[in-house]
Amino acid sequence: MSTQLKDIQHSEANTQALFEKLPQRHKEAEIITAESRSTFQESWARLRKNKYAMTGMYVLIIMIILAIVCPMLSPYNTYTNDLDNTYAAPSAKHWFGTDNLGRDMFTRSWRGVQISLIVGFTAALIDLLIGVAYGGIMGFAGKRLGNAMNKFAEVLYAIPYMLVVILLGVVMGSGLFTIILALSITGWITMSWIVRGQILQLKNQEYVLAAQSMGASGGRILFRHLIPNTLGPIIVTVTLSVPSAIFTEAFLSFLGLGVQSPDASLGSLISSAMSSWTLYPWVMAIPASLLCITMIAFNIFGDGLQDAFDPKMKK
Amino acid sequence: MARYLGGKFVNIIVSLLILATATFFLMKAVPGDPFTQEKAIPPEIKAQIMAHYGLDKPVWHQYLIYMKNLFQFDLGESMKSSNRTVTSIIADSFGTSFKVGIIAIIVSVIIGVYLGMMAALRHKKFIDNFFMFIAVLGISIPSFVVGAMVQYFFGVKFQIFTVAGLEGPLDYVLPVVALSTLPIAFIARLTRSTMLEVLTSDYIRTAKAKGLTPHAILWQHGLRNGILPVVTYLGPMTANVITGSVVVEQIFGLPGLGAYFVESITNRDYTLIMGITIFYAVILMAARFVTDVLYIIIDPRIKISGGVVKK
Repeated sequence: MSTQLKDIQHSEANTQALFEKLPQRHKEAEIITAESRSTFQESWARLRKNKYAMTGMYVLIIMIILAIVCPMLSPYNTYTNDLDNTYAAPSAKHWFGTDNLGRDMFTRSWRGVQISLIVGFTAALIDLLIGVAYGGIMGFAGKRLGNAMNKFAEVLYAIPYMLVVILLGVVMGSGLFTIILALSITGWITMSWIVRGQILQLKNQEYVLAAQSMGASGGRILFRHLIPNTLGPIIVTVTLSVPSAIFTEAFLSFLGLGVQSPDASLGSLISSAMSSWTLYPWVMAIPASLLCITMIAFNIFGDGLQDAFDPKMKK
Repeated sequence: MARYLGGKFVNIIVSLLILATATFFLMKAVPGDPFTQEKAIPPEIKAQIMAHYGLDKPVWHQYLIYMKNLFQFDLGESMKSSNRTVTSIIADSFGTSFKVGIIAIIVSVIIGVYLGMMAALRHKKFIDNFFMFIAVLGISIPSFVVGAMVQYFFGVKFQIFTVAGLEGPLDYVLPVVALSTLPIAFIARLTRSTMLEVLTSDYIRTAKAKGLTPHAILWQHGLRNGILPVVTYLGPMTANVITGSVVVEQIFGLPGLGAYFVESITNRDYTLIMGITIFYAVILMAARFVTDVLYIIIDPRIKISGGVVKK
């Protein structure tokens, strides 16, 4: 036993002899060699490593470009019919074939994608503006006002949006603008709840107290300090609210409550294909695939964005 | 506990009253009435009809009468389908929507939780990636596209199921598939992400150290915590699905609540619109209430004292 102990002591003395004490260089130890990056740069770097999300993003960019360019370059328009050429199969003349009135499906389908994207982005933008402002105030205001605002949002949320859409359609006529307005009336509520939850968590942090003690006004604290700190969840919610708006538009147009003929939306194209697509599959397959591709790309991209902004959740 | 639930209940009643008021005035604010048709009715007859339904009185008076009847659970008479009360229309059509919807929910929970658990167990392996890809598809593909596809392939082409209607038990298969695609995908994703968190926690390691079988660890210890977010999601989802999907009912020709609702709004059938809106809200809020109660039962960490939830 004792010999072992001696061996250890002996070897310790040896190891000590092998090392040399260097003078400490405090200043150099404090130098940060890594490049400083903002939250956004960090998130972007994480997003770029995610192959699925990047694929989704590229598909989306391609869809946006095609939706703008294709209807412009096509020699046909969305409404001229050609009754000698109804239900023509896809060919060199009509790339996606024609529909029951001989209208060019290529032009109509891309016009549909265009409408979907317009509805999706506009509705998401309006949700963002109203939802963030309302949710921010709801979270930051006192308990009584906050609860009253929350109650209002809850009641609005319970009004079926079909009712709003149809009644608005009676007053303003069905169309793109009506749909966007109807979607915006209730669409912002989810966003406002998410922002409220975040603000409630953040408003007891020290930096808010610091800002208050320096005499910052409530509005300044809310918009300069609190909301920038909730940007991650806000961006993710916006990205996921685009496909949900696209879906709702397609769904309403499918029921005939949305975009009206001769204008074309993916939902109305699918709806009018319902009666004839067993004989002429392309009238259904093309708009349905375009809708699904857009939705999948948005959802994959949104998922990736969520992981990028919230690495703790990354599984 | 009783105080907590009582508070929730009062909250629901207040919300319903506000909702009924808001819907009533929203509906009346829009020009038009149920009896304006392409073929004009003689003014005398129209006045008589309006008087029969109380539509000749000022709006606030109509509102008071409606609310008084509502408190007696009387939703009135449909203005378009003559001689039918709103309650009987809702009762008939809700039956159909409920039967299809509840099957869809049960199927979604079983398949969704199973897929999510399997994906979490084989994290970052082929099964995980494959199931999650399927889940993204399920979330992205709209139910009317799924409905049209299954109707064509299984109804028209291979003729395994009937195309529309609800006669025998097999007729439920296609509508249930169309209805449950989205919930399955959503539940699978939710279960997977919660289970991944749960499976790395200390008490699972303890259970492993005690020598429990993987089966017992997963289903008895893991699932109990993994299921909580699913319960939260399930409340509003069930309310949504059992009240009927307009498109799925339209595609498969089911006489459900969704179809009646759209018809009632376009017809401006005031009493039916009000009735269905209130019915939807009751179902939605009841589902939330049940969710809250279930939460307390499943998660013993939630304690209630003095009417306030504490964790």
